[in-house]
Amino acid sequence: MYSFDIQRPTSVADAVAALGTDEALPLGGGQTLIPTLKQRLSAPSVLVSLSGIAEIKGVCTNDDGALCIGGGTTHATVAKEASAYPGLAALAGNIGDPAVRNRGTIGGSVANNDPSACYPAAVLASGATVVTNTRSIAADDYFQGMFATALNEGEIITEVRFPVPEKSAYMKFEQPASRFALVGVFVAKFADGVRVAVTGASEEGVFRWTEAEAALSSNFSADAVPAAPSGDGMISDLHGSGAYRAHLVAVMTKRAVAAAS
Amino acid sequence: MTKVTMTVNGKTVSGEVKGNTLLTEFLREDLRLTGTHVGCDTSQCGACVVHVNGEAVKSCTMFAAEADGAEVKTVEGMANADGSLSVIQQAFQDYHGLQCGFCTPGMVMSAAALLKDNPKPTEAEVRDYLEGNICRCTGYHNIVRAIMAASGQDVPAVAAE
Repeated sequence: MYSFDIQRPTSVADAVAALGTDEALPLGGGQTLIPTLKQRLSAPSVLVSLSGIAEIKGVCTNDDGALCIGGGTTHATVAKEASAYPGLAALAGNIGDPAVRNRGTIGGSVANNDPSACYPAAVLASGATVVTNTRSIAADDYFQGMFATALNEGEIITEVRFPVPEKSAYMKFEQPASRFALVGVFVAKFADGVRVAVTGASEEGVFRWTEAEAALSSNFSADAVPAAPSGDGMISDLHGSGAYRAHLVAVMTKRAVAAAS
Repeated sequence: MTKVTMTVNGKTVSGEVKGNTLLTEFLREDLRLTGTHVGCDTSQCGACVVHVNGEAVKSCTMFAAEADGAEVKTVEGMANADGSLSVIQQAFQDYHGLQCGFCTPGMVMSAAALLKDNPKPTEAEVRDYLEGNICRCTGYHNIVRAIMAASGQDVPAVAAE
């Protein structure tokens, strides 16, 4: 690693101030950023650890019935405490391995927007709201392609607010070595329609499969899932071709619909 | 340099660390607690698992400064007060849950974290929990048997899925 200073503020206000420094980077749970730093792919002058900020940790339900998860909440905590939204709790309990889940945070995952990460699928399929220290961003506006988001420099995710669907499930086909999602599909059935979000497949990062949403909104059954989307624009690498991933999108969607509860 | 103070295996320790000092480096190089191993240094293998505030974490993927004020437990803190092996450690010996031993510190710490939350896990739950701990010698069977024994349950004769 290159050398850098580390700061550990205890409030969002102090963290935002610390991030005002040139070349400062926020550090969530570090389960992606620390390996990146080790490979010298990132060279911050200051790392601002968010792990000491109590006000952005925890899970609760607000007056509108939405599940509010602090940006600094670990995957393990979401898995344990998000029982009001079982599909989301199950997703969190299957990210990485137990030790990774004890450090990695929802804010870190959503800010990084790895094209194979699990959380972006849940955020987009739920129509969640990403709340930062300055504003609220709708999921449909938030994700802007692989590793790209609507966040500005120095902006911190303080909360992610999930409307709770009637039924939901997340199904991922794991890349067998890394266990990242080769393709992961989150299906969320609300009273006014179904949303389907796909991670791991597209070169544009997480996306909504609108054809499946339309079909499932009128008939919520695995048989109603349309034929696989085109493989154009899907990630093609040694783990699978674009056409293979496209095929998996339909298969995982069917499995998610069948499992939704 | 940043001053850090934490409790490691029940003792309060302090030290000066650089921003990029990993917890595992602080434990091994500053405190000379070399029981915590570094296998891959890329968060894959789990040989470096320790407990921070009671939770299993990969100490190669956490900065020492982030453990300031924390309670840390390493494999050196696992034995009983009289120096005898803990139930989990004894089970690893009894069931030959190690060959070269390199992964063992992480396996023991992960096993302890599992049994704290889930005192009577099924064999499948044990295997699932060890997803982040890699062993290249045993094929895992005897590790799983050791953990089943440590939980006070019947030990499968041939553990396999």
